[in-house]
Amino acid sequence: MSVLRFADNGIRFDLQIIASWIRPGSRVLDLGCGEGYLLRYLKDNKQVKGSGIEIDETKVEKCIEKGLSVIQGDINEEILEYSDDSFDYVIVSQTLQQVYEPAQVLREVLRIGRYGIVSFPNFSHWKARAQLLFTGYAPVTKSLPYQWYDTPNIRVITIKDFRRFSHEAGFRILKEVAVATSEDQKEGKIIRMLPPLRASYGIFLMGKK
Amino acid sequence: MSEYIEHDSDGISVGLVEKKHLIFGHPPNQMRLESGALLGPVTIAYETYGELNADKSNAVLVCHALSGDSHVAGYYREDDPKPGWWDIMVGPGKGIDTEKYFVICSNILGGCMGTTGPSSTNPSTGRPYGLDFPLVTIGDMVDAQKVLVDHLGIDKLLCVAGGSIGGMQVLEWTVRHPELVQSAIALATTTKHSPLAIAFNEVARQAIMADPKWMGGHYYDGPRPDHGLAVARMIGHITYLSEESMRAKFGRRLQNREAFSYNFDADFQVESYLRHQGQKFVERFDANSFLYITKAADYYELERDHGRGSIVEAFSKAKAKFLVVSFTSDWLYPSYQSKTIVQAIKRGGGEVSFCEIEADWGHDAFLLPNERLSNLIRGFMENVSSSIRR
Repeated sequence: MSVLRFADNGIRFDLQIIASWIRPGSRVLDLGCGEGYLLRYLKDNKQVKGSGIEIDETKVEKCIEKGLSVIQGDINEEILEYSDDSFDYVIVSQTLQQVYEPAQVLREVLRIGRYGIVSFPNFSHWKARAQLLFTGYAPVTKSLPYQWYDTPNIRVITIKDFRRFSHEAGFRILKEVAVATSEDQKEGKIIRMLPPLRASYGIFLMGKK
Repeated sequence: MSEYIEHDSDGISVGLVEKKHLIFGHPPNQMRLESGALLGPVTIAYETYGELNADKSNAVLVCHALSGDSHVAGYYREDDPKPGWWDIMVGPGKGIDTEKYFVICSNILGGCMGTTGPSSTNPSTGRPYGLDFPLVTIGDMVDAQKVLVDHLGIDKLLCVAGGSIGGMQVLEWTVRHPELVQSAIALATTTKHSPLAIAFNEVARQAIMADPKWMGGHYYDGPRPDHGLAVARMIGHITYLSEESMRAKFGRRLQNREAFSYNFDADFQVESYLRHQGQKFVERFDANSFLYITKAADYYELERDHGRGSIVEAFSKAKAKFLVVSFTSDWLYPSYQSKTIVQAIKRGGGEVSFCEIEADWGHDAFLLPNERLSNLIRGFMENVSSSIRR
C-alpha cells in the first residue's frame, strides 16, 4: 500500500481518513474536539454544520478563535443534552480511551447521531508489544506517548478488543480502517495486512442496529 | 464594578468621546412599558465609537450592568482621571475592535447617567419622578435601546454584548428581536436571578429605604440617602468578590494602623475598602435608580416571558450565534446558570459556544483584564463578521 498524502490540508492523517467518510453538508458533532482542527477542516472543505465538546479551557479558547461552535464540558454529561438523531455523524476521535464508560457513551453517540465514527490508538501495535515484551516497561509510542503515571488514557484498547466489544455491546461496525502514520502524523498508509499488529490507529464507522 | 477602571496599560484608547442624547416618546406617543404604564418623553444617553460602515453591517451594541453607563471606553476630557468602564475590552485592536466595529452603548432606562429614570423631571409635575417613576423591566430597557438602534439607521446588529444585568439585556435582545441580532455575547449572566441574588438585592434595597433621608423616594430637594446607598453598594461589592479573592486582596490586614481601635472605626482593610466603595458610589449614583434597576433584574425571567416557562422554547426563537462565558469563582451568577443557557440554546437547535474561565475574582472577573476573555470575544466576533460578509 502506497503512502497517502492529502494535499496541503495540514491535518493529521487519521483525521483525513475520518473527513473522507463525511458527506458534504452533514451535521457533525465532535466529542473531545481538542483545538478543533478536524471541525475547522470539515467546515472549510465539507461545509458541515459542526460543533464540538471539549473539557480543556485552553483548547476551547483555540476552537472559538477558529470560529467554531464549541462547548466546554464533560462529554459524558453533554452528550445527554442532545435529542435523538440531532446529527448525521458523531465523532469520537482519540477520545474513547479516556472515557470511563465507553459502552454508555457509544450508545448515546448512536442515539443522537445516525453514524458514529470512533478512532483510537491501537495498543497492540508491534512496537508496543515489543517494548513490553523485551524491556518490561509499559509501552510509550508516538500514538501512546505517555508514561503510566501521566497518561490521560484510562482505557487500553486494541483493534481486536474494539471489534469484540462492539459485537458484545451490540454496535454495528459499518466500516473499519487501520492506519499507520508518519512521525509528524500528517501522512500515513492504510494497513490491510495484519492491522492488529501493524496499525497505530483504528478507525471505525458505527451504525445503528 | 467601576473601582477596577484604569488606564489601559498599553496606552491604547479610542481617545476623546462624547455623550449624546436622543429624546423620543413625546405625548401622545409615549413609550408603553411592560407594566402597561406610559412613559414619555424619554431621553437616552448614548455614546458611539468607531465608524459605521457603508452597508451598516458592523454595529455592535454593548449593554451595561447595574452601575455602568453609556461611557464604555475612552475619555471625555484630556485630563479625565479614568476611562470608560470597559476600556480594556473596547478600543482599537482590543477584544471589541473599534477599528472594525461601530460600537454603541446607552445608559439603561431607569438609570441616572443621562437616560430617563426616577431622578429625571416628571413632565406632569415639573419635579423629579421619585417613586412616581413607573417600574421598568429588562424588556423595557431593550425596547429603549431598540429605539436608539432604529434612530441610528441600523437594521441588523452584528453583535450584542454584555455581562451580568447587561447580559440579561443581551439574552432579551436575542428573543425579543431575533431578526436583528446576528450574534450575542453573554458574560457572567443568567435568565433569572437565583433566590440568593434576589436576597442580596433586597437587603441592599432595604438599606436604602431604611435611611431616614430616603423619605419615600422624594429626597431630591434635600439631603440624599447617602448612607443607605453606600451600605447597598457595600453589600453589592461583597457579592462581586469571592472568599478567595477577599483573602488574597485583604486578608485580615489592618488599615493604616498597627492595633485595633477598640471602637467602630474601619479597622480591617476589607472594612475600609467597602466603606470607600460605598462613599465613591454615592457621588455618582442615584439611590432610587438602584432600587429600580435591581428590581428589574429580580423580576427578569426569560423563560416565563418568552417560552411559557420553557427555556428551550424561549431560546428556540433566537437566531443569533451565541458565545456564553462564565467564571469559576462567580457565586452570584454561578456557572450552572450559564450552562443552563447553553443547554437550552443547544436543545433549541441554536449555535452556541461556551467557555468557563478559571478566574479568582468572583463576579467582577468579567470586567477585569483577561487575555482569554479578550481572545474569545475577538475570535468569536471576527468569525461572525466574516461569515456574514461571505
